[in-house]
Amino acid sequence: MLEIKNLYVKAGNHEILKGVHLKVNAGEVHSIMGPNGSGKSTLAQVLAGRETYEVTRGEVLYEGKNLLEMAPEERACEGVFMAFQYPVEIPGVSSAQFLKAALNAIRRARGLEELDAMEFLALVKQKFKVLGVDEKLLHRSVNEGFSGGEKKRNEIFQMALLEPRLCILDETDSGLDIDALKIVASGVNGLRSPGRAILVITHYQRLLNYIIPDYVHVLVEGRIVRSGGKELALELEEKGYALIEGGAGAAAPGRR
Amino acid sequence: MSTSTNAIEALVNREYKWGFVTEIEQDVAPPGLNEDTIRLISSKKNEPEWLLEWRLKAYRHWLTIKEPTWHNVHYPPIDYQGISYYAAPKKKELQSLDEVDPELLRTYEKLGIPLEEQKMLTGVAVDAVFDSVSVATTFKEKLAELGIIFCSFSEAAQEHQELVRKYLGSVVPYTDNFFATLNSAVFTDGSFCYIPKGVRCPMELSTYFRINAASTGQFERTLIVAEPGSHVSYLEGCTAPMRDENQLHAAVVELIAHDDARIKYSTIQNWYPGDKDGKGGIYNFVTKRGKCLGRNSHISWTQVETGSAITWKYPSCMLIGDNSVGEFYSVALTNNYQQADTGTKMIHVGKNTRSTIVSKGISAGHGQNTYRGGVKILKNATGARNYTQCDSLLIGDKCGAHTFPYIEVKNSTARMEHEASTSKIGDDQIFYCNQRGITKEDAVNLIVNGFCKEVFRELPMEFAVEAQKLLSVSLEGSVG
Repeated sequence: MLEIKNLYVKAGNHEILKGVHLKVNAGEVHSIMGPNGSGKSTLAQVLAGRETYEVTRGEVLYEGKNLLEMAPEERACEGVFMAFQYPVEIPGVSSAQFLKAALNAIRRARGLEELDAMEFLALVKQKFKVLGVDEKLLHRSVNEGFSGGEKKRNEIFQMALLEPRLCILDETDSGLDIDALKIVASGVNGLRSPGRAILVITHYQRLLNYIIPDYVHVLVEGRIVRSGGKELALELEEKGYALIEGGAGAAAPGRR
Repeated sequence: MSTSTNAIEALVNREYKWGFVTEIEQDVAPPGLNEDTIRLISSKKNEPEWLLEWRLKAYRHWLTIKEPTWHNVHYPPIDYQGISYYAAPKKKELQSLDEVDPELLRTYEKLGIPLEEQKMLTGVAVDAVFDSVSVATTFKEKLAELGIIFCSFSEAAQEHQELVRKYLGSVVPYTDNFFATLNSAVFTDGSFCYIPKGVRCPMELSTYFRINAASTGQFERTLIVAEPGSHVSYLEGCTAPMRDENQLHAAVVELIAHDDARIKYSTIQNWYPGDKDGKGGIYNFVTKRGKCLGRNSHISWTQVETGSAITWKYPSCMLIGDNSVGEFYSVALTNNYQQADTGTKMIHVGKNTRSTIVSKGISAGHGQNTYRGGVKILKNATGARNYTQCDSLLIGDKCGAHTFPYIEVKNSTARMEHEASTSKIGDDQIFYCNQRGITKEDAVNLIVNGFCKEVFRELPMEFAVEAQKLLSVSLEGSVG
C-alpha cells in the first residue's frame, strides 16, 4: 500500500530525513519509534502533504501512485489520514460543519452521493456511540477549548468517520493519561482491518501495550536504524534509544 | 503553533458575475452639474415646486462645502462635472410590468430578482431601480390593501406629497455631509415605504439597484416611515457592470420609527469592486440613518458589504424615544485593492436606550478594512447601554484591518461594553482542513462563514444563503 524509497527531506537548510526506506502492506500495523528530533513527525507531515518541508530525494508510492505529487486534500480523498499531534483549533466553525464538509468532500472523490444534514447526523451519532464521544461536541467549534484528551479522541473519531485506508497517528499518545490512552487505543484497534494500514508514530512504548504492532521501526537521525517485531519496542523501553546501534539520538536537538 | 501565511498568497479575483451591460436605449443627461441639471432632473420627474427648491438649496449649500478627508480611504479626486446625473431607459410612463422593456426584465432575471408576480412564493415585494428610474414595483396592490405604501421615490413625491414633505431630510438634513448634500441636490430615484399604524408588513420589501449606463452616477434616496406599532423588514441589493472607470454612488437612506415600531433594514451590497489590480469599481459613499423617534421603537441595520472599490458608510441610529433600541450588524469584506471605511453611530438621547454593534471585517489580498464607530450617551440618557463587538479577520499578509471606536459618555449611569479581536487564517488551519479532504478555498469559506455567523443570523433566511454564496464568490481564489 505504501512504499517509501530513499526519502530525503529538508526544512529550511536543515536536513531531517536522510534516506528513509519503508514498506507497509494493507492490514498491517507499523510503529515508528524514535527519540526527539529523529524526524518521526516530519515523516508523518510529509506523507500528509505539509508544504513547509522540501523533499530533496526519493519517492513515495501509495497504492502504486506518486504520493508526493498529490495535493494534501487529494491524498485525504484517496484515503490518507493523519491524526495530528497538535490538532488545530478553528474558532467559529462548528465540528458539525467541519465534519460534514470533510465527509462530503471525500465521498464526492469516491463517487458517492453527498450526505444531507439528516443522513450525516445519523451516521455521526452511530459513530459517536461506538467511540463514546459526547454529542455536544458537534456544536462546539473545531478543537476550540478542548482538553488534550478531547482533542486526541476527536482525531480518532474523525478517522472512524472518514474511513481512510492509510492511518497515520502522529504521537497520538502524547499528553494523554492512562484512561484516555486506553480509549484512544481501543478506538484505533476498532479500525484495524485487512484493507487498512496503520502507522503509529510514538516516542514511548506505552501506547504499543494497547495497539499491538506487527512491525516496529526505530528512526534515529533521519534513518531507520532497526526494524523488528513488537518485541523491539520492549527492548527499546528497557535499553533506551542511545543504546541502539548508530544511535546518538538522546543528544539530538529537541524538535516537536 | 505558528500561524504563518506562507501558503496563503494574495488573492486572485474571479470574474464578477454581474458585470454584464444591458443593451438598451437610454435617455442620458449630458455630464455636468449646475442648477440647470437639477431643474432637468426635477422636471423629468415631474416634481412639485417645493422639492425643486429643496434640491436647489442643497446644491447651493454643496457649493460651499468641501469633500471630507478624515476617512481612511484613498482615491484620486472625483470630477463632479464629468458625471452624468441622469440616465433612464427610453420609455415614458410605465403602467404595468407588461410595458417594461423585455431586455430590462431579462437583466433583472439574470440578477435573480423575481419581478413577475407569479413568483409569489418568494414572498418578496421588489422595487427595482435601473440607473435613475424605478422600473417596476411588484405586489403594490396587495400591500395597498393593508394601507402600506411601497413605491418609487419619484412616484411618492407626486402621489404622497404630504408624507414626503414631512419626513424628507428629517433624519439626514440636506446640510448633513458632502455626499448627502450632493444626493439631496441630484437624487434621481429610490424607494418610499410607509407602514400605517399597527400594521405588520406581511412580506419582505426589497429594492434592487442597478447601475447600467457608463459615466453616470447613481444617487438614490430611500425613505421608510413606520407608524406606531408597525413592523417592516426591508432589503436592498446592488450590482453594476464591470467598467474600467470608477463610478460614483452616493445614496441617502432615512428611517423613522414611531412608538413601538420596528424597522429591520438589510443590505447586500455587491457593486462592482474593480478588477484584481484595483482598476474600476464603484465609489460607494452612502449616508444611512434611522431615527428611533418613539418609545420602545427599534431599528436594526444589517449589512453585508462585499462590493465597491470604496465603501464609505455608517448606518446609524438616533435613539430618541425612551427604551428605544438600535442595532448594527455588519460584514465587510475587502479583497484585491478594495477599501472599506464603515461602521455606525449610536446616539443615545432617551432613557434606557440600548444599542448593539457587531462588526466583522474581513481583509484579503491588498484590501484595507476600517471599522469606525461612534457611541454617544447624552446627558439625559439615564440607564443607557451599549455593547460593541468588533472583530477582524485577515487572510494573507498584504491586507490591513483598522479600528477606530469613539465613545463619548455624558451620563454616569451608562453601561458600555467593547470587545475587539483580530485573527488571521493560519496555514495550520488550512492544512488541517486539507488533510480532511477540504480544499483550500472551501476551508477559507468555512472559516469566513463561521466568523460571520452572528451577522448572517440577523439576515432574513433566503438572503442569509445568498450572502454566504456571495462571500464565497468574493473570496474565490483567495488562497494560493
